[in-house]
Amino acid sequence: MPYRIQLMVCGGTDCVSNRSLEFRDALQKEIEKRALDKEIQVVATGCNGFCGVGPVMVVQPDGIFYQRLTPKDVPLLVEEHFVKGKPVKKLLYVPPGTDAPVPKMMDIPFFSRQTLVALRNRGLLDPEKIDQYLASDGYAALTRALTQMTPEEILDQVKISGLRGRGGAGFPTGTKWEAVRAAEGEPKYLICNGMDRSILETDPHSVIEGMLIGARAMGARWGVVYIRNEYPLASKRIHMAIDQARERGFLGENILASGFSFDLSVSQGAGAFICGEATSVVEVVEGKMGEPRTRPPHLAEKGLWGKPTCLSNVETWANVPPIISRGGKWLAQIGTEKSRGTKIFSLVGKLKNTGQIEMPLGVTLREIVYEVGGGIPDDKKFKAVQIGGTTGGIIPSQLIDTPVDFENLAKVGSMMGSGTVVVMDEDACMVDVARSCLSFAQDESCGKCTPCREGTKLMLDILTRITEGHGMMEDLESLEGIAKIVAETSACGLGTTATNPVLTTLRYFRDEYVRHIEAHKCPAHACRQLNTYRIDPEICSQRGHGCGVCRRECPEKAIIGEKNQPHRIDVNLCSKCGTCLDLCHFHAVIVE
Amino acid sequence: MQLETVERIIQQHQAQKSALIAMLQDVQNEFSYLPQDVLKHISRTVGVPLSRTYSLATFYSSFSLKPRGRHPIGVCLGNACQVKGAGKILEKFERQLDIKCGCTTPDLNFGLQATRCVGYCGLAPVVTVGRDLHSKVNLNKVGQILKQYSKEAAPVKG
Repeated sequence: MPYRIQLMVCGGTDCVSNRSLEFRDALQKEIEKRALDKEIQVVATGCNGFCGVGPVMVVQPDGIFYQRLTPKDVPLLVEEHFVKGKPVKKLLYVPPGTDAPVPKMMDIPFFSRQTLVALRNRGLLDPEKIDQYLASDGYAALTRALTQMTPEEILDQVKISGLRGRGGAGFPTGTKWEAVRAAEGEPKYLICNGMDRSILETDPHSVIEGMLIGARAMGARWGVVYIRNEYPLASKRIHMAIDQARERGFLGENILASGFSFDLSVSQGAGAFICGEATSVVEVVEGKMGEPRTRPPHLAEKGLWGKPTCLSNVETWANVPPIISRGGKWLAQIGTEKSRGTKIFSLVGKLKNTGQIEMPLGVTLREIVYEVGGGIPDDKKFKAVQIGGTTGGIIPSQLIDTPVDFENLAKVGSMMGSGTVVVMDEDACMVDVARSCLSFAQDESCGKCTPCREGTKLMLDILTRITEGHGMMEDLESLEGIAKIVAETSACGLGTTATNPVLTTLRYFRDEYVRHIEAHKCPAHACRQLNTYRIDPEICSQRGHGCGVCRRECPEKAIIGEKNQPHRIDVNLCSKCGTCLDLCHFHAVIVE
Repeated sequence: MQLETVERIIQQHQAQKSALIAMLQDVQNEFSYLPQDVLKHISRTVGVPLSRTYSLATFYSSFSLKPRGRHPIGVCLGNACQVKGAGKILEKFERQLDIKCGCTTPDLNFGLQATRCVGYCGLAPVVTVGRDLHSKVNLNKVGQILKQYSKEAAPVKG
């Protein structure tokens, strides 16, 4: 007897850290207590995507979306909705700027605007159960590829699709597959660069299936899934999925009696950003330091253990099964002429709706930030967005109608990269953001090549001086000059992209740099050494009644005052840490 | 006891050179750092120069040559967390624990590190304590986090 209701509770890391599994357990308990467990099924799915309002749950088959759930909500939900059939209004999603709840998930713009290809099974299955993947046409594409297509026909469909690498560089996947197929050397290897955890947490079998199809097309025998050590849930799920696939005969010898054999193992990273770079991943899998290799030879000719290797991002592999099921032409119809298909984006920072989305390439930044992202909270002004990760270029608000695809992002000085979209409002200082991004790149530089190792340090020193009020106008020319050398001569993508935040902020926000240097002021008040803090005596005494919280918390003991009396800051002792500003609920601390 | 544990780890990976990183990960998880003696023993047993093992130990941020404390705290300073005030959260941990970032408290209860983006940007600001993930951390939660992991009345600045 099929279930009349299925409760899809999000079990992605973000919701789990907000206790979604406690909610799920309470729900299961209540359903069993009321003897409803034969008619109502509770399923913990992978990440639903709308992380900003978690924990979330979708009630199928009606598609009702609930948000911000806690175990306390369970009795009401069960009684009102699952027994009496009336959705609980106060737990439904209300779009920002409106009053009316939107009950159905697919009526909510955050979801309705998306096109799911790589994340096609999102929220629909338990990623730890292969049977649920199979019931969703899982491994049907592999079956088709092995029994009805030649390796050349598989390759043709990938080429027709126009799929480009989703790891950031956007290299045509079909061209890469062709090169590996044609290369000499056995055995051939496939590597999945698991720098992105979402697909591995949500639908790990889609990656395995994609790699199997690729192995058939290229003649590869072994594959490795590389995964960051910061992703324990993704690691657990891919290990489980590989074991399950092996048990069912989808991995191993003579798969589906086709004569084709392929197997996978997992290699865990040990904490180094550089290991997102393709040749670095290969070094890590070989048990060495993750220093990039000089190219040529490319990995397609000499990769893992010196053999032909196809390394692709996890999102690229997840795109392969639907290309085979639905045809390359189907994917080619989505996106733009040179950037076909979709891309997963992580919306983070100063946005009302944060989470993970998959959009057709070519959608504008405006649609991402406002229609899907819901706009900027707290009535603040949208200032800039950084796309592609910490070494992505920073795009100002006036370029909000830029289409997001490989070509247009490069034109404005940014890149697709990891697809992370960090939105910044008026409180962000672009000089400090550039300094912070460069600090990251400098710290993560492997040290192998001089331009990156020394150049990032030089640029960081200059930026730090500017944010501390010791900059000079000549520094701007120096920054641009050093950045040009580092971008053109570094040995790998870390060095070449490390300069993006610096060059784009100099291009679009030069006035902020000039203000820091000439006026010794930070317009956004983010560079604390350029700030002066004082306490408004009227606000402190009338609203705060001289509460003394700032005085007690000040690490330098720089605040003087008696209870019920206005307090003041001794500027000679003040270290400008900003603690008083953060703690004062009465807004008595003024920054100038 | 330490030697037995290390031998077990080496044999679990069949003493393969290609599994060096995995061996060091197991040692780090077991002892919360990589003791010098252990690095020497692994190098000898696996048959690689100590310099190679040492280069791995110092290249990857998940390894430490000094104890990281019973509860190693990691404050993510990735861009999404920075934009949401992670820098101030790190400073508050430093004040409350009376140690600088990169150090461990004298009682070895807490260690404090700044981490690079851990990949949970939707939950920014993020703080990890061992394998636990704390999301949307603000200045008020710093004290709560420390209280949760303090075993006894350890000297913490209030």
